Amino acid sequence: MTKMNMLQAINNALDTAMAENERVLCFGEDVGVFGGVFRATSNLQQKYGKARCFNTPLVEQGIIGFANGLAAQGSVPVAEIQFADYIFPAFDQIVNESAKFRYRSGNLFDVGGLTIRAPYGGGIAGGLYHSQSPEAYFAHTPGLKIVVPRNPHQAKGLLLAAIHDPNPTLFFEPKRLYRASVGEVPDEDYRLPLGEAEVTKEGTDVTILGWGAQMEVIDQAVERAEKDGISCEVIDLRTILPWDVETVANSVFKTGRLVVTHEAPLTGGFAGEIAATIQERCFLYLESPIARVTGMDTPFPLVLEKEHLPNHLKVYEAIRASVEF
Amino acid sequence: MTTTKSKVVYSPVFTDGAEFRIPTFKLLKQDGKLYKSAKAPDLDKDKALRIYRAMVTTRILDERMLAAQRQGRLSFYMQCTGEEAAVIGSAAALDDGDMIMAQYREQGALAYRGFTIDEFMNQLFGNEMDYGKGRQMPVHYGSKKLNYMTISSPLATQIPQAAGYAYGQKLRGEGLCTVTYFGEGAASEGDFHAALNMAAVHRVPVIFLCRNNGYAISTPAAEQFAADGVAPRAYGYKMDVIRVDGNDILAMYQATQEARKLAVEHNRPVLIEAMSYRLAAHSSSDDPSGYRSKDEEAVWREKDPILRMRLWLESKKWWSEDDEKQLQENMRREVLETMKRAQKRPPPPLESLVSDVYDEVPPALAEQFDKLKAHIRRYPDEYPKSAEHAKGGA
Repeated sequence: MTKMNMLQAINNALDTAMAENERVLCFGEDVGVFGGVFRATSNLQQKYGKARCFNTPLVEQGIIGFANGLAAQGSVPVAEIQFADYIFPAFDQIVNESAKFRYRSGNLFDVGGLTIRAPYGGGIAGGLYHSQSPEAYFAHTPGLKIVVPRNPHQAKGLLLAAIHDPNPTLFFEPKRLYRASVGEVPDEDYRLPLGEAEVTKEGTDVTILGWGAQMEVIDQAVERAEKDGISCEVIDLRTILPWDVETVANSVFKTGRLVVTHEAPLTGGFAGEIAATIQERCFLYLESPIARVTGMDTPFPLVLEKEHLPNHLKVYEAIRASVEF
Repeated sequence: MTTTKSKVVYSPVFTDGAEFRIPTFKLLKQDGKLYKSAKAPDLDKDKALRIYRAMVTTRILDERMLAAQRQGRLSFYMQCTGEEAAVIGSAAALDDGDMIMAQYREQGALAYRGFTIDEFMNQLFGNEMDYGKGRQMPVHYGSKKLNYMTISSPLATQIPQAAGYAYGQKLRGEGLCTVTYFGEGAASEGDFHAALNMAAVHRVPVIFLCRNNGYAISTPAAEQFAADGVAPRAYGYKMDVIRVDGNDILAMYQATQEARKLAVEHNRPVLIEAMSYRLAAHSSSDDPSGYRSKDEEAVWREKDPILRMRLWLESKKWWSEDDEKQLQENMRREVLETMKRAQKRPPPPLESLVSDVYDEVPPALAEQFDKLKAHIRRYPDEYPKSAEHAKGGA
């Protein structure tokens, strides 16, 4: 065990994967000698050489197209998109190519080795284009897996699982926690399961569901709610696609109440999908409407970022409203 | 820091690149004879006949399958007609282990590699023997054993993938390369530019083969780009480039052979612009009479690449009138008989609707599938293709 922040844990996961398998490659803008703008790939080029860890030209559709080709060839590419806000030039390569490669070829070819890493989310005064949470766009695409870690231990274990998973995986990293989140991380290779949510705290009155940086917000809100005597069950979804309906439904059978929270805007956000599925599953068990606490339906603001974000106070209010309905 | 080492001038000087006019490489005249100073490439009789048979196979397959589409047997079809030399001449210059990542009009390359008529038909009819499990429209072929990547409809997406694939081949030290085919229209897509730049920067063994056939559906090349074709773009990426008469089988073969050496032996990506003409419609859904003249088509019909090769083969005494007659008859018969067989084969099983989305069917999708089967069981007459398959399970 070593104490690491999330960036160090991600760097350690990449190092672990590259050491184990010479076919693992890391590339993207500024990923080479500089180690990425957030330093997630620090020292990897020095350690594994320019052929396996390298800078690419500044062209996201090219990075992912290149990565798709490498994965189809049998390599294990870990491509970095510098900010999730800049993933859209690669939307076609991800949605029409990565996601459909296996299906359209009848399993003759696949890009299962592909992992795309991208820092996402707000809270860093990044404004419109360094703050977005684009998971819902991709969650509408069968064939992709989408994973979001909440802390350093989760980040290493889930990233190693994503790299080894035989399906193309988007790995969205909560950049607000890159240095803020610190914890004990095993030194060896370990993998946390994809497609499985984790109950991080058991409770009886209400279920609070989130992922990534929002888990920290939930913890603060829950601390406050528990002082009011409300027993909260907390779930980290971890994998957005395909998501773990069973764990969430089982929790709601018990509590009868669900609050879902994410930074992305309300309309078309993934909370809507969760709410629809859970009301189908748990209709007769629900004591109150499923609540969504999300970013507002605006582009991501700058100066009024705090007002926009679903912070712990808004989550706390939603918990109270759910219990008092 | 800039990498440009250019001369300094003290008054504004603009250039338009006119000094970079790119010549067209030709060897064979339409009468089957070589140009005066031209020398035929090293191409033995067996290989020449393998090439020729693939060209004729492609032409006959295209004629018959378009007719089948018109008869309502097939939903859709795309012909390679007029471009057989550009596709097959280049494919023949490769190692059969090289990866081909094509656009959708390159069935000739697959025919050259040995894809059987039965394999073509199974894909076209989307039956239970189609490798693609009936999931894609006709002509979206793929073959793992023949190193032919399954076709994807979105244009140009295969071009940066080819660069990545080739980078992987280079790292493996396999001595192999990737060739990617695309039209001059697809070369306007961002993926084309991304791919050429990345391939040049990373010194990747890839051949970019642009079939400049004059039209992107109805849009003529003159409305696609202002420049002198696609070839000059290679200069901007510091890439080797050659323009070839795409209807000249010998020139296409030799140019690709040399390009392959640059790619595999020197890690130099190459752009080849094959100048040709799409003699057929864009697809069975298109009617060229709305955007081009019969006279224009007639000019290009005179430049038929298959006839040109046949005349060359005959001049070498490698091919005769009888050989031609026999090949034509055999191919036509095989295509017809195989088509009838393929058409009768059952569709892929219902389970293929949900398999291969992921390596395993996720629980939520399995649940959707169970619901679908229960629904089909309630209305079996409405789902004749799958009612039988829906009987098992939940």
